[in-house]
Amino acid sequence: MNIVVCIKYVPDWEAPASQFRIEDTRLVPAPGIGYRISDTDDEAIEAALRLKEKHGGRVTAISLGPSAARDGLKHALAMGCDQAILLEDPAFEESDAAGTAVALAAAIRKLGEFDLILTGRQAADWDQGQVHAGIAELLGLPAVIPAKYIEWTGSEFIVHRIYEEGYEEVAVKPPCIVACSNEIAEPRYPTLRGIMAASRAQIPVWTAADLGVDPSQAGRAGRRTRVLRLYTPQVEARCEFIEGDTPEEIAAKLVQRLREEKLL
Amino acid sequence: MAAEARGIVAILEPAAAPTLTAEVLGVARRLGNDLSEPVTAVVLGGAQVEAGRLWELGADRVIRVVHPLLELFNLDAAVNALEPLLRRENPNVVLMAHTFQGRALGPALAFRLQTGVATDCVDLRTDSQDRWVVLTRSILGGNFRAEIVIGSRPQVVTLRPKAFPPAEPEVGRAGAEEEFTPELDPARIRQEVRRRVQEAPTEGVRLEDARIVVAGGRGLGGPENWYLIEELARALGAAVGASRAVTDAGWVPTSLQVGLTGKAISPDLYIAVGISGAVQHMAGVSSAKTIVAINKDPDATIFKYARFGVVGDAKQILPALIREVKKALGKE
Repeated sequence: MNIVVCIKYVPDWEAPASQFRIEDTRLVPAPGIGYRISDTDDEAIEAALRLKEKHGGRVTAISLGPSAARDGLKHALAMGCDQAILLEDPAFEESDAAGTAVALAAAIRKLGEFDLILTGRQAADWDQGQVHAGIAELLGLPAVIPAKYIEWTGSEFIVHRIYEEGYEEVAVKPPCIVACSNEIAEPRYPTLRGIMAASRAQIPVWTAADLGVDPSQAGRAGRRTRVLRLYTPQVEARCEFIEGDTPEEIAAKLVQRLREEKLL
Repeated sequence: MAAEARGIVAILEPAAAPTLTAEVLGVARRLGNDLSEPVTAVVLGGAQVEAGRLWELGADRVIRVVHPLLELFNLDAAVNALEPLLRRENPNVVLMAHTFQGRALGPALAFRLQTGVATDCVDLRTDSQDRWVVLTRSILGGNFRAEIVIGSRPQVVTLRPKAFPPAEPEVGRAGAEEEFTPELDPARIRQEVRRRVQEAPTEGVRLEDARIVVAGGRGLGGPENWYLIEELARALGAAVGASRAVTDAGWVPTSLQVGLTGKAISPDLYIAVGISGAVQHMAGVSSAKTIVAINKDPDATIFKYARFGVVGDAKQILPALIREVKKALGKE
């Protein structure tokens, strides 16, 4: 089974907001902020590796630049991916979801035969959740968004698509694309051997020309959305702390305050 | 020359909570009024939905899209059914709720129609000169907000549940209705939705509709203490929610998860127990009226959002609180 995993390498989204600076319409992380494979993209890698371990085949990780994403791809290799490819070109800079999907879809086409594309459900920086749907549309594939379970029966994938009250069992034939939710698989830590091998690995770089991507379809030129401004929402701190010598006293005071506020 | 894109289309889910339908139609009506464009409610798979209620909530026209393949949400069927309808309608704006259906359908439809989409919007306003909508999205989990515009039509927008006021019904308001039966080519329906498995509790108050929610996080120490959350919820007549940390850890089903990747809720009272208050969690309760936080760590972020705070161990506070609540509500 040949699986392609699309990952995004993003600034640590759990860093405090004070560690980011708004510069015009861009969010700039402080110099000390680390980058990580986005939330749920690492779960997608894990899901791919488990399918490969069970059914054989290859797992290829791809990421659209910047060049820092090379470190994310090395992490993917260290986890056990067989191959990693970086898509990098000035023509890709400032791509929104539309341009990103165009570049990733072109790279997947260039890779040749595959059975399954896995992505995370939404990248942790912009929280949009669009690129999976874009790749599906561009490659003419069925998509299941978002999934918390996937298995291969030998003829089809059984995917559990999350909905508000539980999940739906969706059967889908390869090739297809599945956006992974965090429940799908707990990502493994790379082994020392994996890290060593990944550090020596060469990661090929594919440019817009390599992919035959029309520059008008990606980067700034290909944007379908425009950011007007970024700002920090104000949170007004006004917490009234309830104190007391015993849990009983605290509980009684809290209930009294809630009743005074007509909340109980 | 192509006809000018005009009109607001609201794509509705027949099974959605009535308030959610009213929220989407509330936004649709507001845009319709601001831009002087008609509002069309498109009900996906909703043969039984009464047009009357949708007219009263602001729809000028109701189109029911009916096909056996639309009874359970099937992304291929939905996109293939809506594409010809939207090409015919040629709207300026397409709205839907950012439910699990909307999360998949919004982007898929936008890419099919070769236009842009803004997901999980928390606010919006019109720029009436060019009839563009300025959309506010929360980014980096909720630490920042971005105002964006989509530079092509239809402007596809998914709306965060509970972020917009529901439309007030205008009794007696009437409109038009029609049925749209899509021709679905089986070769283009490449996935089969076999069954739906309900994991959320079928008894008690629904999390999304509850006036009071008691939610637990990792600070409870372990799943063996979860009963305290349930007991407090029972005493209060509240629904139970959870942080992603504990749904990931498998203490409770995913359907209880509150937050960016779970549910958005707007209870009058939200009691967060052992939840640190990461922005990704708070994104789901930004419309809660009053937050009570119980947490061991006096520096926990949750206290920045809370109206009332208790610094202490949930295992000690909750049993006392359960007793006090029962006493106060005369359940003892």
